[in-house]
Amino acid sequence: MGTPWWRSRKFWLMWVGYICAVAAWYASVKWLPIDAFNRLPDPWTVAKEWFSPEPVYGVSIFTPVYYDHILYSVYRATAAFALAVVLGVPLGIIMAWNKTFDAYASALVGLLRPIPPLAWIPLAILMFPGIELAVIYVTFLVAFFATIMNTYVGVKSIDQDYFRAAASLGSSSRDVLRHVIIPGALPNIFTGLQIAMGAAWFSLAAGEMIAAQYGLGYLIFEAYNLIQFPTIVIGMATLGVAGYISSAIIRVVGNRLMRWHAQSFGMGG
Amino acid sequence: MSAIGEIGRALNEAENSTAITPRPNEGHLSIQNVSKIYDPDGAHVVAVNNASLEIAPGDFVAIVGPSGCGKSTLMNIVAGFDNVTSGLVKLDGNDLATPNSPPRPGPDRVVVFQNGALFPWKTVLENVMYGPIVQHKMTPKEAEEKAIDLLAKCGGLDKVADSYPPQLSSGMQRRVEIVRALVNEPKILLLDEPFRAMDTVSKTVMHQHLLEMYRVCRRTIVFITHDLEEAIYLADRVVVMTSRPGTIKSIIQVNLPRPRVPDMMLGAEYLALKAQAIAGVHEEAKKAFERGEKEHA
Repeated sequence: MGTPWWRSRKFWLMWVGYICAVAAWYASVKWLPIDAFNRLPDPWTVAKEWFSPEPVYGVSIFTPVYYDHILYSVYRATAAFALAVVLGVPLGIIMAWNKTFDAYASALVGLLRPIPPLAWIPLAILMFPGIELAVIYVTFLVAFFATIMNTYVGVKSIDQDYFRAAASLGSSSRDVLRHVIIPGALPNIFTGLQIAMGAAWFSLAAGEMIAAQYGLGYLIFEAYNLIQFPTIVIGMATLGVAGYISSAIIRVVGNRLMRWHAQSFGMGG
Repeated sequence: MSAIGEIGRALNEAENSTAITPRPNEGHLSIQNVSKIYDPDGAHVVAVNNASLEIAPGDFVAIVGPSGCGKSTLMNIVAGFDNVTSGLVKLDGNDLATPNSPPRPGPDRVVVFQNGALFPWKTVLENVMYGPIVQHKMTPKEAEEKAIDLLAKCGGLDKVADSYPPQLSSGMQRRVEIVRALVNEPKILLLDEPFRAMDTVSKTVMHQHLLEMYRVCRRTIVFITHDLEEAIYLADRVVVMTSRPGTIKSIIQVNLPRPRVPDMMLGAEYLALKAQAIAGVHEEAKKAFERGEKEHA
């Protein structure tokens, strides 16, 4: 591409989108004749609070407690996500590969997957010693199912001819796993990981609202209880940024591992 | 047709130091009274009915027939992707397929697939190196040297060694796939309608390329196709199969001299063979058409 990124049409349209959204927010809070809306903080108040060295409600980029919340959430999301990948990818592969195991596991996964993560919270608290593990468990569950399902679909969608070609060329089962199944399923696995990461943040925030002492979800709900409205929005915006960054990391790692995919189908970057 | 000349020249050079050893006494394929019955839920479909065929080492045999005549089933049996219901397949005196043994594919009879099966996640070079490495026949370094050598000798394909297959034209992909098969020094090369989806011009180029590779590397080739002209032009013998149940109807001996050149397709001898074959296939295709059968690959 000849034009630098900051001069591209896409880049400017992105900012037009952001500005329109903030303007709509400002307008609805300031000018809409609806009481409920008028009580909400406008963008300017939130920004002032977020970047203030002496925030009115105690949380801004200059207060250590803000980073405590972020660190707790990032730690939980990362732990849950890592566990989901480590368990979900191999299980998905085995399910897709072995018909007997598939018969056992598919029905079970089919039954457990639709249970909303929040419904697990009471049981999780009873099951685990301490809130921390319970929250991680609930976060892990959604990510785990998303990873399993996409890995499974990924392996199932590999063309049979690749398996035949591999067999014809003298591959052992291990070679097939390493050279056909894993690389062949990787595009779908990474799609699954993106979904899993999103789902992890979603249920993490919910879990923290109900059961934690720290974390962005807790921050949001606590601010709600204490009527610290700008802090609610700070928590929400921080979750948005964290989710965006974690997705971007997965995308970059995926493109690294799947150079062939990026080069062949023009999905680099 | 300068492309053909170029390929020919490249392969002539290759002859001086052949990367693939010719094995004049290997690759004797013997198909004896083979039948294959698919019986999903009692449907009892006879795909191949009592087929017998002897293929001498180094022979180029084409199997032609209308869609659904069992030619692909026969190839799957030889490749080891499918077993036989009755009968026997032998390669150089060893059992390849018997009714009691599970299907067993192997690098002594490598397949080139109809829709292409180069691994898209591996580069051209990695694809060609793959066989010798997983068979533990070579170290990665030796495999790389041999792969590069063979790619270079097969029409300068070493230039695309670092490309991924989807970046290449389908003709180029097919050539690489044939090299990926040849690098294993198979006793038989099984080609399952490899040029099916190509336009006439690319097909002609591919034919010359394949013929040159056959001349230099000399292997038993079983070539499956539904295109009669292609079969006669390439092969020593054309096996005509009939459909439902799949039976070998006739075997046409092609005595056109080698090397074969496209002009031969205008000669009287070629046209006579074509007329003879068409009569057989047309009769069958008409029967299948009248039965209203669905197309099968």
